[in-house]
Amino acid sequence: MKLIVTDRTGNIHELDARDDWSAMEVIRDANLPLSAECGGACACATCHVYIDGAWSEKLPPAAQQEIDMLDFGLAVQDNSRLSCQIKMAPELDGLSVTLAPESL
Amino acid sequence: MTEKVAAPGGFHKTDVVIIGAGPIGLFAVFELGLLDLKAHLIDILDRPGGQCTELYPEKPIYDIPGLVEVTGQGLTDRLMDQIKPFGATLHVGQMAESLEKAGDGWRITTDAETQIEARVVVIAAGGGSFTPKKPPIPGIESYENTSVFYAVRKMDRFSDKIVVIAGGGDSALDWALNLQPIAKRLVLVHHRDGFRAAPDSVNKMRALVAEGKMEFHVASIKSLRGAEGQLQGVVLNNKERGDYEIPGEMLLPFFGLTMKLGPVANFGINLHENLIPVDTSKFESNVPGLFAIGDINTYPGKLKLILSGFHEGALMAQQAFRYCRPDEKLRFQYTTSSSSLQKKLGVA
Repeated sequence: MKLIVTDRTGNIHELDARDDWSAMEVIRDANLPLSAECGGACACATCHVYIDGAWSEKLPPAAQQEIDMLDFGLAVQDNSRLSCQIKMAPELDGLSVTLAPESL
Repeated sequence: MTEKVAAPGGFHKTDVVIIGAGPIGLFAVFELGLLDLKAHLIDILDRPGGQCTELYPEKPIYDIPGLVEVTGQGLTDRLMDQIKPFGATLHVGQMAESLEKAGDGWRITTDAETQIEARVVVIAAGGGSFTPKKPPIPGIESYENTSVFYAVRKMDRFSDKIVVIAGGGDSALDWALNLQPIAKRLVLVHHRDGFRAAPDSVNKMRALVAEGKMEFHVASIKSLRGAEGQLQGVVLNNKERGDYEIPGEMLLPFFGLTMKLGPVANFGINLHENLIPVDTSKFESNVPGLFAIGDINTYPGKLKLILSGFHEGALMAQQAFRYCRPDEKLRFQYTTSSSSLQKKLGVA
């Protein structure tokens, strides 16, 4: 299964994702620049991504904890999610995300 | 004995300075203490615990040997109890800013002008110092420290100003409520009509908005307008209105903290991708007398686990002893059987 990631310079990476891994883990495993400081505990908002196109509706909705944590995200938009909270699964094959800007 | 919190600005002399009071820095105090080495801890946060208390105080950790389940705060509390006999000195709310040679050892100066001289320096800074996140708004740097602030140090700076606060956490709401009475106008900007902040603060904010004493915009900040560091307007954007400008003289973005390596990068130590390579027999960097333990170091096979950092601290302490007590013989003992260790621990 694939996870398509657009990095902050606009380059597109087609990553091999694994079932049950979080999108954050797949992105970090590919050494793309995603700090994910808390390591996937939904406690820092530094794994913030934008969900591309119609994929937003196909994802399970964000839990309240993720919605609250996004208050610490930078440049949050309607399609913002924390990638540590997105679990890869066959129905998400081809999921496309863009890395959100980091702190200056 | 118990740990002491030192007032900022003093001069101290000790055996070992530990930069970072997270779990690894705290346990290092224990391992050093068993060898009769005194330690001072420096941390940019205002309390010990590092990531454990800053990021996940309430979240459970399941891989600390012997503790089936413990929260980040719980682990910190237990470590503080465990190191009590050794009377470490804490310098909290301070950033270790510079490091220079002083005789056989080192002198560390913090941003609060505290000076500490020690034979050995241990960097246990995890992912770096927690510093406020800076939102990627074009040109924001040119307003920093004149119109844009990431913390409130002097409230009177905001008197009679149009203050724009961005964010939805406790800092954003608390400062909106605290500055509202003195500001000319207080404007809160948040990307949604919902807040992670304490419900009580949110209720107070909503009451002020209803009375017309505070303004609230569900929007994001697109750009800033002003000249020579003086902010005049803030351009917001939302779906209903598109781009629109509101007056603003001061901007306080509150989006939580992020970890930055900070001044440690200038300590003259070899770095590899912002990590400190160490020799795994001692956890010493390329500079003799400078050690790195926990998430900040790197070596073949490194795992960023709290339990690895505990081991690293134990080996570091052995080598620190050789530097601090060159004329003494290191005696390896077990706490179970050594009455001298038990005395140090206050249990004999």
